[in-house]
Amino acid sequence: MEAIGLLMACPMSSYLEEELDKRFNLFRFWNFPQKQEFLKENRNIIRAVVGNAGAGADAELIDSLPKLEIVANYSVGLDKVDLVKCKEKGIKVTNTPDVLTDDVADLAIGLIIATLRRICACDRYVRSGAWKKGDFKLTTKFTGKSVGIIGLGRIGSAIAKRAEAFNCPISYYSRTEKRDTKYKYYPTVVDLASNCQILVVACPLTEETRHIINRQVIDSLGPKGVLINIGRGPHVDEPELVSALVDGRLGGAGLDVFENEPEVPKELFSLDNVVLLPHVGSGTVETRKAMADLVIGNLEAHFMNKPLLTPVV
Amino acid sequence: MAQRQLPPETLPQVLVLRPPSVFKAVEEEFSKKFQFLKAWESPLPIHLFLSSHARHVTALLCSGISPVTADILQQLPSVRLIVTTSAGLNHIDLLECRVRGISVANAGDVFSEDVADTAVGLFIDVLRKITSADRYVRGGSWAVNGDYPLGSKLGGKRVGIVGYGNIGSKVAKRLEAFGCIISYNSRKKKPSVSYPYYQNVCELAANNDCLIVCCALTDQTHHMINKQVMRALGKEGVIVNIARGAIIDEQEMVRLLVEGQLKGVGLDVFENEPNVPKELFGLDNVVLSPHRAVFTEESFRDLFDLVVGNLEAFFANKPLLTPVMDG
Repeated sequence: MEAIGLLMACPMSSYLEEELDKRFNLFRFWNFPQKQEFLKENRNIIRAVVGNAGAGADAELIDSLPKLEIVANYSVGLDKVDLVKCKEKGIKVTNTPDVLTDDVADLAIGLIIATLRRICACDRYVRSGAWKKGDFKLTTKFTGKSVGIIGLGRIGSAIAKRAEAFNCPISYYSRTEKRDTKYKYYPTVVDLASNCQILVVACPLTEETRHIINRQVIDSLGPKGVLINIGRGPHVDEPELVSALVDGRLGGAGLDVFENEPEVPKELFSLDNVVLLPHVGSGTVETRKAMADLVIGNLEAHFMNKPLLTPVV
Repeated sequence: MAQRQLPPETLPQVLVLRPPSVFKAVEEEFSKKFQFLKAWESPLPIHLFLSSHARHVTALLCSGISPVTADILQQLPSVRLIVTTSAGLNHIDLLECRVRGISVANAGDVFSEDVADTAVGLFIDVLRKITSADRYVRGGSWAVNGDYPLGSKLGGKRVGIVGYGNIGSKVAKRLEAFGCIISYNSRKKKPSVSYPYYQNVCELAANNDCLIVCCALTDQTHHMINKQVMRALGKEGVIVNIARGAIIDEQEMVRLLVEGQLKGVGLDVFENEPNVPKELFGLDNVVLSPHRAVFTEESFRDLFDLVVGNLEAFFANKPLLTPVMDG
């Protein structure tokens, strides 16, 4: 397989790079400043692309690679892959479901507690020496608060299960109501936001869900409400969110993703009721290795004409 | 519910040596129900104040900041009830209370959920590096230095609960939902608890990846988490303490952290609050909290109701709501 050209869209994992280097003719896209030149020269060699949450295979890239057979993603989200184009051209697509579900759900709960209980702000308080001068203020209890989840898929369900251990009543919004669940369904996101205290974004990013958290939803969540985003930055109308937080119209936010990573709105840096993370949802040693192994496994399966491990249907 | 406001002189008297946080937060509401004898407002030294003003007082409201020693009780021959706003009792001379036939009531279960939530929050924070990653982003490093180092998965981690009481049991229930494997150590094995039990803390540490300290501070548990226990836990070990600082040999823990002999710690309590060993400030694998595990608006409201409930029961000769000792 060493002759097979494989294009890695951006840096994502040195372990994955090393392993793919051993098996394929690996091209690191970020090492070529003249991208058009590079693609022209290698258009007939590259048969696979490896993408992630940051970069994948858009229409332009797919059109530049006539021999492309498979796009293997180091992520479960597919918003950086032009799925319609892949289907048209018979290009296979794989992602990394299940292996990262627990990590992302764990982080969602971690963000909820850190935001409501001001864990990061408390740590800053101690490190600054402020504790010697006085006590930190009262924070907000998590146990028993109502949690609304947008998207009750693998990750949304895992978040619900954890929140239930904190006696939180669970409700959700989904494209269609789920038959086999005990959680309360709301037919619109505004309804959901009006009826919960903690709103969690856990759905895929598509054209329909872009800016699913808009001004109206934020207003419905209100000054005692908290937004948690472990989905994709563009799920949220970021300027609206920032303005609501600065004005005090929203109670708080725990954010792992942003519209234009790694840029984070600086107005948020001085707020104690927000927690800001650098897209670490699946960021554990154990899970990233499992994700990488899945990418390698999918690629090997494809080029050995075996069934793909985690194809995207 | 409208109540006729009684004149202050007719309200039952309660002595307070120093004001607990909840007292400061809701003093006005408290004062509608009881007449408070505020020792801290007097210029007299405490023993003089008590002997001249408090000999008739039957009820005392206290917290961790105002220890109730045998000496203090000596000056209060009429006291029959001590209500503490804490769950912890290490600041009260319980033996002396027993000898004198004084009842003691504490905060019962009012804080347990909040403390358990904090324990879990600190635990997730240490493993997933939430506070340090937030610091990284706020410092502008994400755009400049790229991705933050990876954390460690919660699922499958073996977690040892030190002290399986109101708080420990709630921590266990929460962490099970994250796929953690729970075991515990307690003074005695609990027959109704299905998790594996370890007779001593060292054995618990040797068989777990993480320890969450949830027990009371007593003579037996002072520095119970010592060098031997922390070494048994090992280099990949995580400790979360939401109980009392003195349960851990703090100096030893700091030394191990500085030498890289522990994976990380989350601490809400310290041996000498509000002083925190400054070596910890330079470490990214440490999450520090200023003894706030109980302090939510909701628990303060519940605590207020409970303290009032206990005091009213006492003055009406009814059973206390949360007695730990019935004199």
